[in-house]
Amino acid sequence: MLKFIGRRAAFAAMTILIVSAVVFMIFSFLPFDPASLTCGQRCTDQIVEANRVRLGFDKPIYEQYWLFLSGIFAGRTYGAGSAAFTCPAPSFGYSFNENACVTDMIREALPITISLAIGALIMWLIVGIGLGIIAAKFKNRWPDTSSSVFVLLATSLPTFVTGLALLIWVTIKWKLVPLSLSGYTSLIDNPFKFMQYFILPWITLAIAYAAIYTRFTRAALLETLGEDYIRTARAKGVGERVVFFKHTLRAVLAPLITLAGLDFAGLIGGAIITETIFNLPGLGRLTLRSVYEFDLAVVLATTILAAVVVIVMNLIVDMLYAVLDPRVRIV
Amino acid sequence: MTELLRIEDLHVSFKTDDGMVRAVDGVSLTLNAGETVAIVGESGSGKTVTSLSVMGLHKKGQAEISGSISLSDHGTFKDVVHLSDDEIRDIRGRAVAMIFQDPMSSLHPYYKIGSQLAEGYLVHNRGKKKEAMARALEMLDLVGIPEPAKRAQEFPHQFSGGMRQRVMIAMALMNSPQILIADEPTTALDVTVQAQILALLSKLKKEFNMGILLITHDLGVVAQVADRVNVMYAGRIVEEGPVDDIFYSPLAPYTLGLLKSVPRVSKNNERLKAIPGQPPSLINLPVGCPFAPRCEYKQHSSEAGCNTTRPALLGTSSTHRSRCHVPEKLRHELFAKELKEVQG
Repeated sequence: MLKFIGRRAAFAAMTILIVSAVVFMIFSFLPFDPASLTCGQRCTDQIVEANRVRLGFDKPIYEQYWLFLSGIFAGRTYGAGSAAFTCPAPSFGYSFNENACVTDMIREALPITISLAIGALIMWLIVGIGLGIIAAKFKNRWPDTSSSVFVLLATSLPTFVTGLALLIWVTIKWKLVPLSLSGYTSLIDNPFKFMQYFILPWITLAIAYAAIYTRFTRAALLETLGEDYIRTARAKGVGERVVFFKHTLRAVLAPLITLAGLDFAGLIGGAIITETIFNLPGLGRLTLRSVYEFDLAVVLATTILAAVVVIVMNLIVDMLYAVLDPRVRIV
Repeated sequence: MTELLRIEDLHVSFKTDDGMVRAVDGVSLTLNAGETVAIVGESGSGKTVTSLSVMGLHKKGQAEISGSISLSDHGTFKDVVHLSDDEIRDIRGRAVAMIFQDPMSSLHPYYKIGSQLAEGYLVHNRGKKKEAMARALEMLDLVGIPEPAKRAQEFPHQFSGGMRQRVMIAMALMNSPQILIADEPTTALDVTVQAQILALLSKLKKEFNMGILLITHDLGVVAQVADRVNVMYAGRIVEEGPVDDIFYSPLAPYTLGLLKSVPRVSKNNERLKAIPGQPPSLINLPVGCPFAPRCEYKQHSSEAGCNTTRPALLGTSSTHRSRCHVPEKLRHELFAKELKEVQG
């Protein structure tokens, strides 16, 4: 097991290195001068050149990449003398648009995105698997039919429609959830406010994903119910409830976990639409803003972060799979 | 001889979009303690449907079942067809157990062998976990699995096909059932392993004084282990009798066709003598004998009834009966000659 994790970690580190190199290269090919982007409205050539030197854009590309990499481990100081400023390790660069270290910006945005993703994940797993179980148990009867109506609606409605609808009806018309103006509060500081802040974004995301999970769970359960080993269980005299909730559900668990892990990883990369609708200053919005503003340091950092999350989640899913499915052995 | 199972006039049909499929159409048979009764027939002849009916494993609402399946629950007879779900569940695995065709897919891949075995015992003996595990080890040992205590902690994928079928047999024996239904128990196995499994079944039959209902399409298997044989075609029994009668003096043209189609090594470069044509669709069976379209002996039928009436199950002796319009005497002569030709 340890050997497996070690090897996979080395593999992950290499993948991340390649991803960062590729992203870095793409940015160096972009047809504009990164130094002039850092310059404000009243721009002179002197400022541009000074910034170029401060941010290291005057150096060759491989040296810039090296500075970027070493910054992650050792921190990085821009400029010299009294004008120098330092982004401590791990430094992913400096955003001139925001006048802040990228690491600090991510540090602010990440908890919001993680809270959003985890809450939505829990919600859609409960609703999706629950509905899937009900649909499979009552196949072709009204609970199944109504769940398939939900699936159809939820998969056809884009999140910006459900999100806006929730915002309009629940918050503005019915005033069930107050419009949060105070911003993000952490779960530990004030659980109630935290819930209020996230409940609608959670529901928005959960509706979309729950539909997929309902369909997946139903299909997987029905397929498993036709397996020979389910017939064996019945032949032993095992009751129908145990056959369903022990033998059948157990077999569906492993693929469900895989799906959930990968979807979760995708969300950490940024639920851009949901974050935008509900004005959540998370990673998705950070990425979106940086793309609009050509804030290359931030785009680079969030891209690499998204890659890291996907790789790490894959690793976790693989390990969980080995725990859940005895046929999968980790070597 | 103690009778364990008596199926009388069993009809099983399934509703499909194309119409009613009459999978089993008036089957009657008996099974006694200590004997092996085979049901032989090709795919779709209704042999598995018959056996699943005995286990009550057809889904309510999907299958329409009539007739009676009288089954001995350690002495008291119960009619499976008319039992409630709970009553059938109580019988399953305890009075009657079943082993299936494909041992590779018949064991749950996520549970340890020991706990899968123990579960079968626990279902009928609630709360007796220790006994269940001890029983599981005992049965694993009995079916010839070395180091049962160690193997019980392993998962199905760590067993070979033959070993898995042994596990299936051990599982079936957990509650010492009187009736064992073996649905093609050796079809998915290597020939060498087949022989071992068959020998094991015969040994256990004696030890437990069980009756075994053996479902197979393999005449070699039948010859090895069966005492009596029922040949099924298109949902009906076309011939029944002691194993020697079936093999040496078959009376139904279909049985003869089956015997003739057994490949032989003695003759070189000879084409297999397959029965021409296909089994009929069970949705709209012809009015006459269902085998008539494929039958080579139609012209010998004096009444020419092959295409108009279904032959009844008749026989001169009380044990050997068959369905055919051709006079029995004539069949005796014709079939004996043919068999001789084929078997050399």
